[in-house]
Amino acid sequence: MPFETLMGDEALALGAIHSGLSAAFAYPGTPSTEIMEYCQDYLGRQPGAFVAQWCTNEKTAYESALGASFAGRRTCVSMKHVGLNVAMDPFVNSGLLRIKGGLVVIVADDPGMHSSQDEQDSRCLAEFARVPCLEPSDQQEAYDMVRSAFELSERVHCPVMVRITTRLAHSRAGVETRAAHPQNAVAKSEDRWGWTLMPHAARGLWKETLAKYEGLRAEAEAACAIEQGASDTGVITTGLALQYYLENAQELATAKAGKPWHLHIGQYPLPFAAIRALASKVKRIIVLEDGYPFVERHLRGILSSGPVVLGKESGEVPPTGELTPDNIRSVLGLAPRSGQRATGQAGGRDLVPPKRPPQLCQGCPHADSYGFMKEALQAYPVHSVNSDIGCYTLGAMAPFDAIESCVDMGASIGMARGASEAGLGPAVAVIGDSTFWHSGLPNLIDAVSHKSAITVLILDNDTTGMTGAQPTILSQDKLKAVALAVGVEAGHVHIVDALRKDHDKNVAVMKAELAYAGPSVIISVRGCLEAIKKARKA
Amino acid sequence: MKYDIVLCGVGGQGGISVSVIIAQAAMAEGLQVKQSEVHGMAQRGGEVLAHLRLSDGRIASPLIPEGTARLLLAFEPMEALRYLPWLAADATIVAASEPVRNIPNYPDLAAVLAGLRSLPNCLVLDADSMAKEAGNARAANMVLVGAAAKHLPFPASRLEQAIEASFARKGEAVVAANIKAFRHGQEANR
Repeated sequence: MPFETLMGDEALALGAIHSGLSAAFAYPGTPSTEIMEYCQDYLGRQPGAFVAQWCTNEKTAYESALGASFAGRRTCVSMKHVGLNVAMDPFVNSGLLRIKGGLVVIVADDPGMHSSQDEQDSRCLAEFARVPCLEPSDQQEAYDMVRSAFELSERVHCPVMVRITTRLAHSRAGVETRAAHPQNAVAKSEDRWGWTLMPHAARGLWKETLAKYEGLRAEAEAACAIEQGASDTGVITTGLALQYYLENAQELATAKAGKPWHLHIGQYPLPFAAIRALASKVKRIIVLEDGYPFVERHLRGILSSGPVVLGKESGEVPPTGELTPDNIRSVLGLAPRSGQRATGQAGGRDLVPPKRPPQLCQGCPHADSYGFMKEALQAYPVHSVNSDIGCYTLGAMAPFDAIESCVDMGASIGMARGASEAGLGPAVAVIGDSTFWHSGLPNLIDAVSHKSAITVLILDNDTTGMTGAQPTILSQDKLKAVALAVGVEAGHVHIVDALRKDHDKNVAVMKAELAYAGPSVIISVRGCLEAIKKARKA
Repeated sequence: MKYDIVLCGVGGQGGISVSVIIAQAAMAEGLQVKQSEVHGMAQRGGEVLAHLRLSDGRIASPLIPEGTARLLLAFEPMEALRYLPWLAADATIVAASEPVRNIPNYPDLAAVLAGLRSLPNCLVLDADSMAKEAGNARAANMVLVGAAAKHLPFPASRLEQAIEASFARKGEAVVAANIKAFRHGQEANR
């Protein structure tokens, strides 16, 4: 069998391609970015094999995927966990549809918040939407499960989520691949009432969805098996936690307490019968899962009287961050492992290196933009600077100390507007070009509509920088055009160069707009260094 | 056989590429590999870590359990200290001596280097200078790989082949400089 070494993200992408993928859609977001990047690299070698497009945001990406499914073709939409919030409207509603071409939504969660603002667990949202979810535990399963997901989606006529976490997305291992499934021909859904969620139709479809979901539960039961143990303890693992458990399994097998019973769950809805069967064999159940205590909470319930449940909610497993092969040892009854230590000169204390947080690249244009923004704001002891998601969020830290908030994509403009309307000013919104297109524009329209006194500073580096320099959805000249088109007055839309030599000029522009009692847009332009480096390499 | 390697440095130093080269060499030898990397925000000048696991059997976790790694390859000296808890008692450390001082509270370098040198099997190298001598200032990572080569569970020729394959796209001169840097590293740890 053919064999390739792939990152988790790449295994998912290749699994989708080998499933007869016709169209892939995504918005970049760590740790999911490499799924689309792999699809596009593949297209570079086999032009025209399928469509693989970056989209304005996760909602538009999801809706494009729905259209491709409606056309009868296999489609994949990928995003990070918080991207699913943006796509929540089409995602939840798609749970009621009679999906035609297989639709697989790959969501990469980020427990530990390596590159995210929260560590929400997409399994909760899959259950909320009554959408089945497959959760691979390694690269091989990532490849295989995407293939199963397409098959399941077309057989049951529902979207299927594949959920992974950062550590799987960004680790590499060997994957055996199989012969590719041919693409579906265009054959549109002739089932109008399976796709039109008017109340009278949606009521019937929702019943259908609930019935489908119980059928899917039976499939999840069939997909898992209890491994017999020799103790009164059971361990439930999901996803990558399986590997951390296996890393310790040999020690457990020889421990005095005896080998625990084990149930690994890789498919949701939860296999209730399998879990009850495990519970009937043991006095306590340890739950190991990356993300929220999703399985654990189901087990614990409110009125439960079964085995004792040990996990994140009871405090035996760390409730935040990633699982590791080490931080599950205590709940498994194993002693901690220890490594080497270096002591300093003074008093024999351990040398503990300070944290080294990420920072803007040397020479980054954002540094120059923050330079002129801060100087212009000096005249105002009271002011606000709301910012957004991107490299420029690093401006929150020394030596910049330039921004005061970062919440979600596009929030900068909305928050600045709200603050201004509530009487706080001058109010500045700092947002990148890609984030502006993603979710900033509707907020700018609000500001224009209500003549809100805000200054929007768009840091235009002509790329999506933080995720590795993917192209911005529209060309640079469109930023000014759209600001004018939605009604920002011509005298209050400026393009400046984010250059040290233009500092004084830029301070003057910014000062004038801070004094203006309406919406203004300053587009601060200079290319991302990382993007330039990447272009040179290509 | 199991051989776990921790690679660490600062975003932009190319630690992940080194991990890929060692993984390629191991696979050419018929070993299984699992490699965990850091992408995204942390790559912007922050601490960067890769775990590389080699084995002749199945590898479970992508993360190395604490106290079990056999080799630490550090592209920056202070970063080496951060990952000592992952090392087995008899592990080898190969670290670059040149600091990356992009934080205001970088500790006393002499103390950092003394701390490293006090460990049982630690080799601290001025990899930057050695790479310059080899004709390519950007090949410091290959000096460190060279210095670690004799500890790895496959012949050094596998590494040279992987280095050649990795830099082939950049032309013969770059390949030659990296091979030379690699051999300088080997010499430093005879």
